[in-house]
Amino acid sequence: MLRFLLSRLLSTVTVVIGVVCLVFLLIHLVPGDPVDMMLGENAQMADRDALRQALGLNQPVSVQLLSYFSNLLQGDLGNSLHSRIPVSELLAQRIPATVELAVISLLLACVIAFPLGIVAALNKGKTWDRTAMGASMLGVSIPNFLLGPLLILIFSIYLGWLPVSGRDGLASIILPAITLGTALAAVLSRMIRSTLLEVLHEDYIRTARAKGDSHLQVVIHHALPNAMLPIITLLGLQLGVLLGGAVITETVFSWPGIGKLTIDSIMKRDYPVVQACVLVISLTYVVVNMLTDMVYAWIDPRIRIGGRI
Amino acid sequence: MSRYGLSVWIIIIWILGSFVSQLLPLNISQVELEAILQGPTLEHWFGNDDLGRPVFDRLLSGSYTSCIVALTVICISVITGTVIGTLSAYLGGLFDQVVVRVIDIFLAFPGILLAIALAGIMGPGIDNVVIALSVVGWVGFARLARAQTLSVKHRDHVQAALVLGSRQRKIIFVHLIPLISAPILVEATFGVASVVIAEAGLSFLGLGVQAPDASWGSMIRDGTRYMLVAPHLVLAPGVALMVVVLAVNLAGDRLRDQLDVKANIKEGET
Repeated sequence: MLRFLLSRLLSTVTVVIGVVCLVFLLIHLVPGDPVDMMLGENAQMADRDALRQALGLNQPVSVQLLSYFSNLLQGDLGNSLHSRIPVSELLAQRIPATVELAVISLLLACVIAFPLGIVAALNKGKTWDRTAMGASMLGVSIPNFLLGPLLILIFSIYLGWLPVSGRDGLASIILPAITLGTALAAVLSRMIRSTLLEVLHEDYIRTARAKGDSHLQVVIHHALPNAMLPIITLLGLQLGVLLGGAVITETVFSWPGIGKLTIDSIMKRDYPVVQACVLVISLTYVVVNMLTDMVYAWIDPRIRIGGRI
Repeated sequence: MSRYGLSVWIIIIWILGSFVSQLLPLNISQVELEAILQGPTLEHWFGNDDLGRPVFDRLLSGSYTSCIVALTVICISVITGTVIGTLSAYLGGLFDQVVVRVIDIFLAFPGILLAIALAGIMGPGIDNVVIALSVVGWVGFARLARAQTLSVKHRDHVQAALVLGSRQRKIIFVHLIPLISAPILVEATFGVASVVIAEAGLSFLGLGVQAPDASWGSMIRDGTRYMLVAPHLVLAPGVALMVVVLAVNLAGDRLRDQLDVKANIKEGET
């Protein structure tokens, strides 16, 4: 187990280093001079020099990369070009809102997906299955920047039940969470259906049925626990879709999270903040996936003995 | 007509309509002050937008944007990804290790985030959208092609070709890639749906096509401001987008069943 953990940790460290390099390089991918992009081509020479100095752009790229790494290790993500506030402070203000939205969306997706997937699997080929899978196909196909405005139109404007935007109390999170959770629920329910269908053919299910267990007992006690493993991995991977989707959902609902901060900073050309947002979101994703793998290996000994996932 | 037949027809109409629309005299930027926010009429089937421009014409023009971006991005991604993935699995060694690490690093960026950051930093515009989505898109195909090649590269006919002295290029392009094309074709179909949503998403955020050009995403964004008085501004591009994505996803499902490709764990990722 220890060997597995170490090798997984090592590969995560390599990925983290790669991610940091790529995020650092983002600003250098700008065609032309990044300072021109930030200030506009008509900026004063003195302003350009000051910005170049502030961002360290007058040094060789390798030196810049090293100092980026050493600053990161000290928790220094630089200052916002726009507000001059340290980026870490900006992030600290925004992270709770995004975590709240992501967790509630994830819970909501599970609450919708599990019954849908189970009902579909138990009624394979019947009307229930077709309806559930039709609904999930619809869920995959409706983008959050369309679902969000439609929900606002129905529940906030016509019915007046829920706030249009902002983060103020429990009611304000309902629409963003539905918007963000729908696609995840759709993918998850399809996955639950297909994994359950595979498991339901196993011998131990037949034995449980032969013992006289009820349909529901068989599913809850025998099929679901065994189908859970791939579902846990999928949840880890789908967290990425959730975090990426949060950027758009937060923009639609003016949810003051890290996704909205990313877009606002792109619009203001505040690149240090953009870099930091992308870095924090990606690193969260990497770490969560590492933890998912570790939990998976802890539950299922075949994986840690195999040594690779 | 079965729903798969219907979805194929929708895809054909989408692609044909997109290209034919380029030959039509569309008035995508003709401002008509007296027709501002007007609902559907006989003359303008889908009404007019906040500047009095005909929504139908803009919808057709937006269809071209989504179609051309989706097809270009998928072509670039499939070709780059398949060649890199197949080469990596076939050659093995250090090259393979480097490719695997690079794939891992790219996959560490969740969903559309890297594309948003790239498009945002490179500046708005359709070219940058294509670049940003291609940079993100090739990785999935490379991973799939690599995994598939690993499973077929020890087959007898590949070994036979090697023993007969075939060139590596011939082995890869004639003996390996055709064998792994079924799952890649299925993945590419789902990829089209993802790219259509991603392009509209970037345009929705203001990072895609710029006015006066139309994109379904930017039409939805502009329409949300007038949702109460003119819901057709959001509904027309929204329904068009959903119908196309749904049709492509259904076609992908059908293709997967017919070609008997096992469901990929990341299906439906957008």
